Amino acid sequence: MLEVINIHKSFGDAHILKGVSATFEKGKTSLVIGQSGSGKTVFIKCMVGLLDPEEGEISFDSRIFNGLKEKEKRQIRKEIGMVFQGSALYDSMTVEENVMFPLKMFTSLSKTEMLERVSFVLNRVHLPDANNKYPSELSGGMKKRVAIARAIVMRPKYLFCDEPNSGLDPQTAIVIDNLIREITQEYDIITVINSHDMNSVMEIGDKIIFLKDGEKAWEGTKEDIFRTDNEAVVNFVYSSNLYKKVREAYRKDM
Amino acid sequence: MTNLEHIGAYVLMLFQVFRKPQKWDVFWTSLFKELDDLGLKSLGITAFIAFFVGGVVAIQTALNVDSPFIPKYLIGFATKRSMILEFAPTFVSVILAGKVGSYITSSIGTMRVTEQIDALEIMGINSLNYLVLPKVIAVLLFYPILVILAMFLGILGGWVAGILTDLFFTEDYIMGIQLEFNPYFIQYAIIKTVVFAFVIVTVSAYHGHKVSGGALEVGRASTKAVVWTSVVIILLNYFLTQMLLG
Repeated sequence: MLEVINIHKSFGDAHILKGVSATFEKGKTSLVIGQSGSGKTVFIKCMVGLLDPEEGEISFDSRIFNGLKEKEKRQIRKEIGMVFQGSALYDSMTVEENVMFPLKMFTSLSKTEMLERVSFVLNRVHLPDANNKYPSELSGGMKKRVAIARAIVMRPKYLFCDEPNSGLDPQTAIVIDNLIREITQEYDIITVINSHDMNSVMEIGDKIIFLKDGEKAWEGTKEDIFRTDNEAVVNFVYSSNLYKKVREAYRKDM
Repeated sequence: MTNLEHIGAYVLMLFQVFRKPQKWDVFWTSLFKELDDLGLKSLGITAFIAFFVGGVVAIQTALNVDSPFIPKYLIGFATKRSMILEFAPTFVSVILAGKVGSYITSSIGTMRVTEQIDALEIMGINSLNYLVLPKVIAVLLFYPILVILAMFLGILGGWVAGILTDLFFTEDYIMGIQLEFNPYFIQYAIIKTVVFAFVIVTVSAYHGHKVSGGALEVGRASTKAVVWTSVVIILLNYFLTQMLLG
């Protein structure tokens, strides 16, 4: 289990996270949602160790991550996979080299074993023929799939995704969402997604955490979203007419 | 950040850079790639500039030394001394600060703003060690060779200029370049080159690694890196000359 307990993070005078706590479970896809500037990215960056919170604890299966020395953190980091908003693929490497990179750095597998593992994960993300392409030759959706392949090639226990659908058309976004959900269940990992894509919330949100002004304003499942009367959540989730109608229809059915 | 804070952050960065590579085979691969990117790909421009500057130094000296009391072999002597003592180590380093320094800052800076460095760090990779150490080692190994080549081509350029302009004779020029040859000057030039090469890579990498924002900030960081690298090279040149030749 991944536990975040009362974390605070400030930049100068700006208090970005004001005591956020949450728990994330294995085999479930959890979404952190909220408006731009609500602290979602800072929250996820604190969890993966890119930022150090001033207060609070982040515990990966009872191992308190923040406060550890860099060498000890490195061990936990090997269990973390991350998909970045812009994919963050290494421009100078081909798809195959990008995916193989963590294996080269952290395993003593032979070249053949590494290639097998790479080809397995690339097939898993439905990109069997892209091995020798460079990131500049890929579409946005393909880049995201390579980023997912790279994130799972080390068979992580924890998968973090920062806005995996940003910049993608709705159809590709659904493909990426489904892929993340399938991988989460198949590998039985803890997946945390930072998103403001309401389709993702409705499709794959086993658990949803709503952040507002650096605080956790609401928590629930995707079904709870339809039932909640929390004003902040309703205003955020149902800001579009389409979702307002969906909610009304759902409530009528109830 | 104040200048003092920048110096402190730069020193802290060096502690991260000079650590044992996490994977030696990955390090060797990066080192050979950097030897190609930062070394071999700088050969052309260095050779071109050295050859022509050598020619210009010889022509300028010949045109300014027109007294019959000053022997013509001084043209070769002056060209040799200028190339070995100043042009090859300092001028070439300033040129490389522009070419290689801006490349390092912009490539690392782009990796920073596109989250590629974050991706390395999340994996548990020391990004400074992984990205900067092979570059530092590559330039420390290659730039002395580059500078010796620049010395040779500069002196050759001076001789070719003499032949083409008829301003001096080959015999005089060769006598001049053989006159009072001091091997310590080569040593002095190589010491300077090694120090300047270190400055070019580390100052540029520092500016690239701390970029935040977007393309505009990467461009600004590149410019800043070239300016600061050149300033540091010129200042160090003064102190090293004083220490090694004074």
